Amino acid sequence: VFKRFVEIGRVAFISFGPHAGKLVAIVDVIDQNRALVDGPCSGVRRQAMPFKCMQLTDFVLKFPHSARQKCVRLAWEKENINEKWAATRWAKKIEAREKKAKMTDFDRYKVMKAKRMRNRIIKHEMKKLQKLASKKGKKLEKPDKPEKSEKREKPEKSEKREKAPKSEKAQKAQK
Amino acid sequence: MAGEKKPGEKAPSEKKPGKKKTGEKKPAEQKSIQKAAGDKKRGRKHHASRNPVLARGIGRYSRSAMYARKALYKRKYTAPETKIEKKKREKPRATITKPVGGDKNGGSRVVKIRKMPRYYPTEDVPRKLLSHGKKPFCQHKRRLRASITPGTVLILLTGRHRGKRVVFLKQLDTGLLLVTGPLVINRVPLRRAHQKFVIATSTKVDISGVKIPKHLTDAYFKKKRLRKPKHQEGEIFDTEKEKYELTEQRKADQKAVDAQILARIKKVPQLRGYLRSTFCLSNGVYPHKLVF
Repeated sequence: VFKRFVEIGRVAFISFGPHAGKLVAIVDVIDQNRALVDGPCSGVRRQAMPFKCMQLTDFVLKFPHSARQKCVRLAWEKENINEKWAATRWAKKIEAREKKAKMTDFDRYKVMKAKRMRNRIIKHEMKKLQKLASKKGKKLEKPDKPEKSEKREKPEKSEKREKAPKSEKAQKAQK
Repeated sequence: MAGEKKPGEKAPSEKKPGKKKTGEKKPAEQKSIQKAAGDKKRGRKHHASRNPVLARGIGRYSRSAMYARKALYKRKYTAPETKIEKKKREKPRATITKPVGGDKNGGSRVVKIRKMPRYYPTEDVPRKLLSHGKKPFCQHKRRLRASITPGTVLILLTGRHRGKRVVFLKQLDTGLLLVTGPLVINRVPLRRAHQKFVIATSTKVDISGVKIPKHLTDAYFKKKRLRKPKHQEGEIFDTEKEKYELTEQRKADQKAVDAQILARIKKVPQLRGYLRSTFCLSNGVYPHKLVF
């Protein structure tokens, strides 16, 4: 049922407080509510931190309990946690949310236009396939073709929220 | 001994002004001969101080005694009269002669131009208390938000063009903002907008070289009201200019300004479409959370 555990070396994401948004490694457990925590590569000094503000990630480092900062840093860099974190969906979602909040009025307009164009293309293809399907359906053939193209369209949705909708527009126009 | 001292004292005191004199003469001579001649005309030899020193900062004679000793009663100079003083000195005409009709009236009368008041009120108007800092509107300080610079795209919030995105040109003397659609993009002409009823976006068009004609002032844009009450009851409310008429000058000005701005708008991709669109709020969109 539970997959991520509080253990020595568990990398946690701080959700609120002065260090909100940073990653730390759990170095030691103080008591039921607090842990000794250290984030040498993310700018968090070694300190006690309550579990409540930590959210566990999938990453675990290997170092003994109460290891000094140098060891934590070595382990962190060996595992390349910063890059791995940036590659996770969690981090990407956070980034996308930040970008969306920073959108100016002009950006919102551009995104609206890009979305509209994209949806039109999708609809267009759908209609084409529906037509095909209805024709072939009359000839008693199974319409498995529409499903394949829908799956291709979905991975494009995640790129939607980027601030460069124009480049996507160009891609879609080429389609 | 006393006698010897005095000439001794006087000599060094005379030397100093003597030095000064020669010092003054030399640069004068170096500059031009004419200047030296001019100096010579007026008071070529500067006299030593006529006020012997008793102690440092204290002279032997008083101010009035010195006045007499220096013969300043003979030397009174005034600066040449300036134009403003001359104008002040010119007295306005007090009377005027007007022709008078009738046979035995003598043809003309001398009439005062500014007459005495024909009525004095029983009680004088009480003196108003002093106030400070109450300036008329024309002298008020005009402020402009830092987010609004020439070329900024603004969103109009009130008026018939509400929700439209518009390009800001400059601030006029009354503090209102001069703004244009441009007309071909969103049907907003050269118009004034109030700073308070406008959202400034962070999108800016580069208007650095655009020349805005100088005659576009507040008086140009002010609404015209014709006031000719003929003291008749009927139709007073009709004849006022309700219908706005587009003049040729407005069209010409609009074209002149818009031509320059359109060129710059075309350079930015999608800006034209942006200016054509209107701003609106929908579900989940909160203005305090939006970054403009």
